[in-house]
Amino acid sequence: MALREPPLAGVHDARGAETTEFGGWAMPVEFDSIRTEHEAVRESVGKFDVSHMGEIAVSGPDAAELLGRLTTNDVSALDPANAQYAMILDTEGTILDDTVIYRLPETHDAAYLFIPNAGHDEEMAERWTTHRNEWGLDATVDNRTEEYAMFAIQGPDAVDLVADAADDADEPLADLARFAATDATVADADCIAARTGYTGEDGLELIVPWDGAESVWNAFDCQPCGLGARDTLRIEAGFLLSGEDFHHAENPRNPFEADVGFAVDLDTEFIGRDALAQVAESGPDERFVGFELETRGVPRHGYEITDPAGETIGTVTSGTMSPTLSTPIGMGYVPAAYAEPGTAVAVQVRGEPKEARTRALPFLER
Amino acid sequence: MSFEIPDELRFLESHEWARNEDGTARIGISDFAQDELGDIVFVEFPEEGEEITHDEEFGVVESIKAVSDLYSPVSGTVTATNDALLDAPELVNDDPYGEGWMFDIELDDPDELDDLLDAEAYRDQIE
Repeated sequence: MALREPPLAGVHDARGAETTEFGGWAMPVEFDSIRTEHEAVRESVGKFDVSHMGEIAVSGPDAAELLGRLTTNDVSALDPANAQYAMILDTEGTILDDTVIYRLPETHDAAYLFIPNAGHDEEMAERWTTHRNEWGLDATVDNRTEEYAMFAIQGPDAVDLVADAADDADEPLADLARFAATDATVADADCIAARTGYTGEDGLELIVPWDGAESVWNAFDCQPCGLGARDTLRIEAGFLLSGEDFHHAENPRNPFEADVGFAVDLDTEFIGRDALAQVAESGPDERFVGFELETRGVPRHGYEITDPAGETIGTVTSGTMSPTLSTPIGMGYVPAAYAEPGTAVAVQVRGEPKEARTRALPFLER
Repeated sequence: MSFEIPDELRFLESHEWARNEDGTARIGISDFAQDELGDIVFVEFPEEGEEITHDEEFGVVESIKAVSDLYSPVSGTVTATNDALLDAPELVNDDPYGEGWMFDIELDDPDELDDLLDAEAYRDQIE
């Protein structure tokens, strides 16, 4: 199957980007070096093309109800021009994907836009359509993944950089609250700008019409960053990656195990709610934790976590050498008894046990 | 992009180099290899006195994005290791043929070097 390409594939190629397959898309993984790109975001600003993220518009009188019954957070609490993080579950409470739901500014034809992860857009558009029909709701579901590019401009200088490039925004970008959104015009393109991100830094994410993507991208004079730096940044920030830190078939997890209970509102009705209510009562058997190796080595997805005696207790789901902290860090699931920060564990790196200690997430306090 | 390939070195197809220094060979990885790997964060290589064999795995080099096994271009006994890489693995990126060397090996059979790729053959392979 041919890989899907973002509208700027040729632009990135000409800039010398190395490309990787991710979620069925060919995306830039590295422009210069992961360390250079990572440091740009931590110290000043970097721009990411994340057009592999899906965009599904939901409109109509029952749009909020449809979204509310298919995601874990309280959609009815969303005001226009605001966004929320939520999980999408099956009836057992197992995570299918995580998402950000935007209630769009009232200037838009669609009421809501939600962002499934790369490669999940078709599955989620179908899930929404099927349930709409089953529940007899009056809502339209429109997969616009290939109508919108998405850029993340991240770092302490990101908001200023975007504000300078934007000709006009309904609300000054610097005044946007976290998870608030506004219409903004950049390089003649009508964009939606939200104070969101996946790096642990301040910044904005822009939803950009596919046709205007190149001029918007070029309007930001800063370090282009690939998925490599996006990964090291989000690990330092303790954020989950769909498919890596949870996977419906290979690593089935509920939101309480995955430590995203903050995105669950059990006072609302949604698929998976009853199963989750039980988990909430008994507490999850396993917990998603961070850990830091105390000896040299790099923890990676799939490596075993053991107790100090060598007994297997879990699996690393994400890991890297932290470019900011210069220590090997990782995340994974362990029995609740090992979740207390500071607990001694070990990570098996190519058959060699490496001493490690669990620690609270995020690794980097900003 | 053009990669540095010193004429006096011999190479394995898997991108390790050997420099003949009078019965001893110095071992490292090529400019091309360090560039492919990107930011190197960890190097594991044999200890002094260890015997290693041509074409066998002797260690690993890890960058942020990948782990790569290392293979020895020659057979013999390790006589010195570049312990500076333990604290500064990025030297392999900065200077792969100089300060980024990995270890020295006393050759069992200096003729083994003749079986390796010369600079020109290695250049043909990567270009």
